[in-house]
Amino acid sequence: MDKLARNGAPIRLAVDVGGTFTDVVLDTGDKYFTSKIATTIDAPETAILEGVGIVLQKAGINPSQVTGFVHGTTLATNALIERKGARAALITTEGFRDSIEIAYESRYDQYDLALQKPDPLVPRYLRYTVSERVDVRGRVLRPLDTATVSQLVTGLQQNEIEAVAIGLLHSYANPEHERVLADMLRAAGVEAEISLSSEVCPEVREYERFMTTVCNAYVQPLMARYLRALKEALVAEGITCPLLLMTSGGGITTLDAAIRFPIRLVESGPSGGAVLASGIARQLGESKVLSYDMGGTTAKICLIDDYQPQNARNFEIARSARFHKGSGMPVRIPVVEMIEIGAGGGSIAHVDDLGRLNIGPESAGSTPGPCCYQKGGIRATVTDADLLLGKIDPDSFAEGRMQLDSSLAATALSRDIAAAMGVELVQAAAGVAGMVEENMANAARIHSVEHGANLSEYTMIAFGGAGPLHALQLAQKLNIGRIIVPRNSSVGSAVGFLWAPIAYEVVRSCYMTTQRFDAETANSLLADLQAEANEVVCRDAGQSNVEVKRSAYMRYVGQGHEIEVPLPEGELSAEDSAVIQSSYEFHYQRLFGRTIPQRDIEFLSWSVEVSGPRQVLENNSEVPETQTIRASTQRSAYCPGLKAMIDYPVYERDKLIPGNCLSGPALVLEAQTTTYIPDVYNMYIDNYLNLVIDRRDI
Amino acid sequence: MNELDDITRQIIWNRLLAIVEEQAQTLMRTAFNPIVRESGDLSAGIFDIQGRMIAQAVTGTPGHVNTMAESVSHFLGHYRLEDMHPQDIYLTNDPWQAAGHLNDFMLVRPCFHRQQLIGFTSCTSHLADIGGLGYGPDASDVLDEGLYVPIIKLLDAGELNQTFMAILKANSRVPIEVEGDIYALIACAECGSKRLSECLEDFDLADIEDLSQYIIETSRRGCEQKIRELPEGNYRNSMRVDGYDTPVDLVASLVIAEGQVEIDFSGSSDLSPYGINCPLNYASAYTCFALKCAIAPEIPNNHGALMQWRVKAPQGSILNAQHPAPVAMRHVVGQLLPDVVFGCLHQVIPEVVPAEGTCCLWDLPLRGGFSTGAGSTRFASELVHNGGTGARPGSDGLSATAYPSGVLGSLVEITESVAPLILWRREYRQDSPGAGKYRGGLGQVIELSNSENADMSLFASLDRIYHPARGRQGGKDGAVGLLELSSGERLRAKGEQIIPGGEQLTVLTPGGAGFGDPMERDADLIAQDLRDGLTSVEYAQSHYGVVFKSDGSIDREASGDHGLSPGGADDHD
Repeated sequence: MDKLARNGAPIRLAVDVGGTFTDVVLDTGDKYFTSKIATTIDAPETAILEGVGIVLQKAGINPSQVTGFVHGTTLATNALIERKGARAALITTEGFRDSIEIAYESRYDQYDLALQKPDPLVPRYLRYTVSERVDVRGRVLRPLDTATVSQLVTGLQQNEIEAVAIGLLHSYANPEHERVLADMLRAAGVEAEISLSSEVCPEVREYERFMTTVCNAYVQPLMARYLRALKEALVAEGITCPLLLMTSGGGITTLDAAIRFPIRLVESGPSGGAVLASGIARQLGESKVLSYDMGGTTAKICLIDDYQPQNARNFEIARSARFHKGSGMPVRIPVVEMIEIGAGGGSIAHVDDLGRLNIGPESAGSTPGPCCYQKGGIRATVTDADLLLGKIDPDSFAEGRMQLDSSLAATALSRDIAAAMGVELVQAAAGVAGMVEENMANAARIHSVEHGANLSEYTMIAFGGAGPLHALQLAQKLNIGRIIVPRNSSVGSAVGFLWAPIAYEVVRSCYMTTQRFDAETANSLLADLQAEANEVVCRDAGQSNVEVKRSAYMRYVGQGHEIEVPLPEGELSAEDSAVIQSSYEFHYQRLFGRTIPQRDIEFLSWSVEVSGPRQVLENNSEVPETQTIRASTQRSAYCPGLKAMIDYPVYERDKLIPGNCLSGPALVLEAQTTTYIPDVYNMYIDNYLNLVIDRRDI
Repeated sequence: MNELDDITRQIIWNRLLAIVEEQAQTLMRTAFNPIVRESGDLSAGIFDIQGRMIAQAVTGTPGHVNTMAESVSHFLGHYRLEDMHPQDIYLTNDPWQAAGHLNDFMLVRPCFHRQQLIGFTSCTSHLADIGGLGYGPDASDVLDEGLYVPIIKLLDAGELNQTFMAILKANSRVPIEVEGDIYALIACAECGSKRLSECLEDFDLADIEDLSQYIIETSRRGCEQKIRELPEGNYRNSMRVDGYDTPVDLVASLVIAEGQVEIDFSGSSDLSPYGINCPLNYASAYTCFALKCAIAPEIPNNHGALMQWRVKAPQGSILNAQHPAPVAMRHVVGQLLPDVVFGCLHQVIPEVVPAEGTCCLWDLPLRGGFSTGAGSTRFASELVHNGGTGARPGSDGLSATAYPSGVLGSLVEITESVAPLILWRREYRQDSPGAGKYRGGLGQVIELSNSENADMSLFASLDRIYHPARGRQGGKDGAVGLLELSSGERLRAKGEQIIPGGEQLTVLTPGGAGFGDPMERDADLIAQDLRDGLTSVEYAQSHYGVVFKSDGSIDREASGDHGLSPGGADDHD
């Protein structure tokens, strides 16, 4: 489908619109051109076009030569966080109007007497009900009362509803009532976008299914408008190739699918980062990788085994209370499994009533930003600590476009941390860095345990603006011996977009047990799921040569939480039950230590992911012939081993070539970040211009 | 070994908190009983070699957590440290040593590091059925309430005690489930001790003595400091609640002095003949929880943070039941204690404590199909639901929300997937909160029936059906709860009762009480509740003095000075 460019290679653009920056990467086949400019929140296409213009000009390429355009955006996420979505309504089963508000009847903070729960996306008066009822096996207990539909229509129109979510009980088992209702609304002239829970998220647990559907409806008009406007703007600029969208699941999808299920676009930036790390892992033959992406507000950690990120089906969006687990909205969509915590360069450090040092999750963001940015920030941040520790050069930050002020950082850290704890300034700064690293390490440990991973066998790939500043200390806490800092690390997510395959995953609940394994039902369900995914990947995106990944979510009968088990290829037969069972036991034992004897195992949900061909990445893990280099300058930076400031040689990254090697301590400076290499590490530049850093055996 | 600085100690402390959280997640992910796996009725902690709790998972529920803090010392009285093996795990469900009733099983596992015993991990979870009369308040003594397991070795040097497992399964109506839940507890305890040892290795520590001392002393001092900010004095409160068949009085005298808080429950009702009695460990757990919420919420829960609270009740009181008193449903009384404590603290920190709320869980243990010749699907299931919490001094109460319990409510689709039940309604209950400047949280309406039209038993253990949550500072009482069959028959708050096949059970959970004068409630908030159907027109007229215009909108001029009077206008947000 790609038009061939000058030399026959496709010319592709990737655009990652984040809350602070819009990153653009142009791949001309032999070279990447990048730009990073401030996001224009109100009209994101403005910054996109500007950034695209910059890279096209740098490369001397005409817009019409562009053959591919992949886009990821935080727009959907931000609309949910900032409550700037559509005026949405929910239609649900009579008697269950409050499911999305009652939720789990719980408090996300055990001890907070003044706790506030987030307001529901759809207020109660816009939550309508219909008389109908389906049971747990999909049997109709009460028929759909079609007589009341006209009343519903009036209500929707009077309230000027822009988007409708339909969520009926047990619709994952029988979607008929939802479909009939949607058809009737459309027939009655309702023009609002309609999202069905049986399509958005056909899985058991009404709270999550309804929330996911409501979130989808809530962002749908906005995303549809924006994506169509962007498409038009691109065409007007002469970029006529298909516009593809990065999804939270680490694949890319078509414009049509994105407009139908915009909820799948949340967290597309971080998922691009995971794709980048997977690609580098493949290039270098690193089969166990921990991807670590640290920006201004959060850090994202993700495990990548055998060059594939882990997938999950749950994500909590818009946590209201300082990232407190449970204070956000659960959405159930295919996501790259990662853990995201409030630990970034802008995270604020403070000392609490007990004299304990706390970092984040509150962030100074880009406005006012860390104190040293001289934009009015007065509370000590991680970046301020990094500056005082000598890790950042105040004169060459952001290619010298921004002068940093160390004295402002020192004032804030002295007052907020050093004085409050009774320690020296440098110890306070080291404490801030150490604590944020420990917080990230704890998150990484919990994440690794959930996946049965032994981190000491892993290699870290570190990127994002703040990642390389903390990567080595974090790696040490996790007992990771090798760290790789990729080229273009500060626009890593956008690079990842270029490497992502066209992919679509569909999950549906269907109950059976291994003892009563019904191969026929399973085959028919899997065929349906595959057809649905094929439609997006093959028909709309024009891919052939697809790869199909099938799995089941299973648990011991009576448990509440499932684990993912890969399914054998091809048509399933009755004998496959035993194969699947032993695969389940293998995965269960790896996670929880021991299996339970003589237990029946149940299938809850089934998943099929269809993906187009992946970017073919050349594998070259060969170490180039090395040559030790010398630094031209030095600067004083903190040595964790000696707990003191010492001289660090300084190297400029864009002057390093494959084979260059050095021993820590060292600072490697690049446009948006610095790789901080303490004394116990060696580094060399590999054939892809990655920094490969190994811990010396002591 | 390195001498630790404070920052390093704090970093390791954070690590311990991450480990206990991981333990809790492991337990939820492997558990079978829905009230553990869905609702989080569990606890997990790390203890030092003296049996002092130094870290506790945030996931979990106070009744478990704070009883656990005491319980490891009982195990230490039973086994000598020098006889412990790295692969041992000990177990009990003794209500006086573990978590207050026989359904809660507690495991303790010694943790070894560099071949030395350095501490313990512990976890508790609720097993669905352990025989006896079943999970209800009708027993005449604790021996009626099911299998009673003194402290035993569940794992002896890594060898699972198959005798115990066989006895446990033979004594349960749901043997498969309880066996699985013991496995889940083992996975939880093992993961904790493995992580603890890895943590010490990472920091090159031989033991946790220095760290434990630091955590306990820092927390204790922080707590003491918070208490010293309060005026010293003696504050009394009493609250009358439903009881089993006669009302129960809960009476407290709270003394703040010398950086400590002591609560004495003398004057409370005597032991009940039914299983609603609290062992002191359980009464103490919810009392300390309330004190912590009101006085020192930021301080992590551990031995040090609990040291400054003292809880007393005379032997033979309903709050200090002695063996062999029946205690199965001790939570229905224990969970009311925070309101008793808040009534005292309202006299000290009125700007912090809420009005009274539902407090006790409105959980519905249902059982069917076990009687001879029943022929219907056998099940023993517990639905967890809640009423409203009390209004706060600056905001409305929380609707259909558990407080003080930390367990999660049941989802309808999950309930229906594990038991032959159909829920016909689960919605907010209109007009249930107590009116006030800040209203209480709403209760809910739940309607359910057996999907096979078979008889089933409800083991009711509910409160606030006869005695509502009371308002503060002019706030009104919340609505009382109600249990009613479609035949019109009302059910009692407590005791086993039959729901005949074909009948529908309606459950109205109580509303939380209001705070402040209803006439001071912001007119916009009243209008919003009207718009949302949470308040009826009649209720707005009678409780808030709202006058409506002919077009149905609020006549603000005629409705009194809601939010308009000086002092009423600005202090809400």
